[in-house]
Amino acid sequence: MGVQKAICLLIGLGLIFSLRASPVNAADKDKIPKYSVPPAPFSEGIFPCSDCHEDMEPDPTRRELEEHTDIQEMFDHASDQRWCLDCHNANDRDKLRLVNGALISFEESYYLCGQCHGTIFRDWKAGVHGKRTGEWNGKKIYRLCVHCHNPHSPKFKPLTPLPPPVRPTEIENRKLNDDQIPRNPIGDIQ
Amino acid sequence: MKSKKDKLTRRNFLKGAAAGTATLALPVGTSDASVWEAFFQKHFRELNKDEVADVIKRLEEEYKEKYKKDVKVKTTDAQPGVLFSYGLDLSRCIGCRRCVYACARENNQSRDPQIHWISVLRFEQGEKFVSNLEEADKYYYPEKVPEDGHFYMPIACQQCENPPCVKVCPTKATWKEPDGIVVVDYNWCIGCRFCMAACPYGARRFNWAAPQIAKEEVNPDTHYLGNRPRYKGVVEKCTFCIQRTRGNPGRYPACVEVCPVGARKFGNLLDPESEIRYCLEHKRVFRLKEELNTAPKFYYFFAT
Amino acid sequence: MFQLAKNFFVFLSQVTKGNKYYFAWIGFLSLLVLLGLITYIKQLDNGLIVTNMRDQVSWGFYISNFTYLVGVAAAAVLLVVPAYLYNFKPIKEIVLFGELLAVSAITMCILFVVIDMGRIDRLWHVMPFIGNMNFPSSLLAWDIIVLNGYLAINLTISFYALYKMANSKEYNLQIIKPLILLSIPWAVSIHTVTAFLYNGLASRPFWNASILAPRFLTSAFCAGPAIMIIIFQIIRKVSKIEIENKAIFKIAELVAYAIGINLFLLAAEFFKEFYSGSVHLAPMEYLYFGLHHHNNLVPWMWTAMIFNITAFLIFLRPQTRENLFTLNIGCVLVMTGIYIEKGMGLVIPGFIPGTLGEIYEYGPSFNEKMITIGVWAFGALIYTLLLKCAIPVYTGELRFYKPEGSVGNQ
Repeated sequence: MGVQKAICLLIGLGLIFSLRASPVNAADKDKIPKYSVPPAPFSEGIFPCSDCHEDMEPDPTRRELEEHTDIQEMFDHASDQRWCLDCHNANDRDKLRLVNGALISFEESYYLCGQCHGTIFRDWKAGVHGKRTGEWNGKKIYRLCVHCHNPHSPKFKPLTPLPPPVRPTEIENRKLNDDQIPRNPIGDIQ
Repeated sequence: MKSKKDKLTRRNFLKGAAAGTATLALPVGTSDASVWEAFFQKHFRELNKDEVADVIKRLEEEYKEKYKKDVKVKTTDAQPGVLFSYGLDLSRCIGCRRCVYACARENNQSRDPQIHWISVLRFEQGEKFVSNLEEADKYYYPEKVPEDGHFYMPIACQQCENPPCVKVCPTKATWKEPDGIVVVDYNWCIGCRFCMAACPYGARRFNWAAPQIAKEEVNPDTHYLGNRPRYKGVVEKCTFCIQRTRGNPGRYPACVEVCPVGARKFGNLLDPESEIRYCLEHKRVFRLKEELNTAPKFYYFFAT
Repeated sequence: MFQLAKNFFVFLSQVTKGNKYYFAWIGFLSLLVLLGLITYIKQLDNGLIVTNMRDQVSWGFYISNFTYLVGVAAAAVLLVVPAYLYNFKPIKEIVLFGELLAVSAITMCILFVVIDMGRIDRLWHVMPFIGNMNFPSSLLAWDIIVLNGYLAINLTISFYALYKMANSKEYNLQIIKPLILLSIPWAVSIHTVTAFLYNGLASRPFWNASILAPRFLTSAFCAGPAIMIIIFQIIRKVSKIEIENKAIFKIAELVAYAIGINLFLLAAEFFKEFYSGSVHLAPMEYLYFGLHHHNNLVPWMWTAMIFNITAFLIFLRPQTRENLFTLNIGCVLVMTGIYIEKGMGLVIPGFIPGTLGEIYEYGPSFNEKMITIGVWAFGALIYTLLLKCAIPVYTGELRFYKPEGSVGNQ
């Protein structure tokens, strides 16, 4: 029957899709990359990693590095339990590595974070964890976890608050010229 | 401070009196027809299509004259099947006030006298909370936020389903739109401020003086019921950025987009797939002053 | 028609006749009105920013005065009831002055609401039929109707009576009686509706208590008649009108009951708030003890309390009540006491603490005081002029026609 055939076809397609998206399960795949994500926030000139690492022999033992000292200093992300190569793939440095051995690109780093932070990942997929911009009923711009959390030191950094409102006792009756009118302190913050 | 103000008062007495006579209540003696048109303008919901077009034309001319730039005044209607709703994650908010000023920028709020639609309250941990806002501080200003031992709660219009402000307005100048947004017709409001007394959330603001915004800072993308420049002596309030959100596709409100911690969520309450519905179904949510039965469409929640 | 206009003119022309004290008084009031008007023009030009009202306390001195004066206007009923329902002759003779006082008080009420508006140019928006009145949902719409209705009723009754008198005719009670009877529940209604204006706001726990309307009425029956007692004494001093002490003492007796009930209701409010000690106690605490070191109103409220209790004792004892000297002290005390309690003492704690817990200590600005004084002066001016026209009619000095054979009914 036509319906059965169609269902078989759908299941088949679904299988193919899920196989291709090997790092994650099929249910997740449906939910994720339909929204656009801006490029990963690398510091200038650091990517692709292979530029430097291509000719190096990977050394899987945990140790003090001579390079990347800034990252080593700030590293505060369950640092007792892991180090660089638990997330960065040893043999192909332009990829990240999940615990099941699957390799993912930096643009999909949420899978890596989602391994531990499952509930947050779930909220993020639903659009509830993290900042969203764009259209509430159309194209939504998601952000990678690392856009807001430094992966090596993920705790959100304190910000300088904008000034408090004018107290009612300090509101004055004054007519101002255009250049005297106070400017909005938010400036260009988007 | 006070005596200085009083002295000024007396000095400007006669000057003010002379100027005042010119701008007296009724536009007597003016040759400008638009003043009379403004005076006789009907309630927004009683205007027919042509009349709306005339009003918009007049307003756009008025704004161009005043701000020296083209200001677009939209009248986009509510979409069927949409009921706007808002979620705010108290476990995330860091009290940085980006939302307060992004809102002012987007919505053409007077810079002087200052008007803010959003108030961010700071609580000390261990203080009584929600039932008693008395210990909250709106004027905190530390070097960095969040501060240890504190949490923050931004409050703006809660867009009640059962809005007490609408009930008390003597002229029907404020009403709830089909998409749930409570709006004000700034050309119909008489400035009696009954709605401000009725609002349990301190969400309404009054233009105690003529609003002042630097020309370069005026946002020219406006809606009649939303962020178009206001007048002296009328009430205004948050409209969920009606000029942005009404549209297919429609944008997120300015406060949602600026929030650096993603604490602000917005969407269609009638759409089971929306972010706001996800919050309601998966998070511990509460509404402010639930006992008043105002049924806000603004939900506070704790994501963690 | 021409005759009517001419008569009206004759009637009005009374205001131009008087001794130097009269003109000094009129001049003094006019000066205050003028100062108030100039300040009001400044307010129109700058906006309500010239007041000390802000978003945190969005109603202030104007609305406080409005509330108090609605009570004064409503109190005319306290004369109407004994006069017409119980036919108590001494009061029946002076009820007209009560009605004229109601007319002046209502005029002041309307002025206080109007000057509090942000957009006076849009006043027509709130007029029935022309504008877009939110009736029956908005209590302010109700208030507009009942206040103007009360003004119309009292104007009609008093002018009808005066017109008939001026024509040397006994006025026909058959025609006017229904209107007089209507004025009784109507007087109650203006005060109830004004109370409901605050009472219906769940956002303001201090107002959202069922005791509010009963307290409005009782406090109105304290202050309004007290004002009348003083005015009657002035009237009989400056004119040929005889007002019996009997009438004054009767009113004083009624005031005694009213103050007693008012104090009892206040005690009930105190008990409920302080014993249950819920978060809704805050405004009451602010009024009487101060809140977080904000205590601007505390001395005022205790003054009001002491005044009202002292006045109660004076009015309660027949010896002090029926002694004009002590009675007048009592009247001044209760007038002031209620003015504090029902004016600022009622309106401000609705906003302190604010709905978001903020405390902004409001006090009227210089401009607000000037405008308020101007409105009061205007009310006094109207009342003086109304009396100036009414008294000669009352005493029989003014007649449109020469009475044939008989003299007027006075």
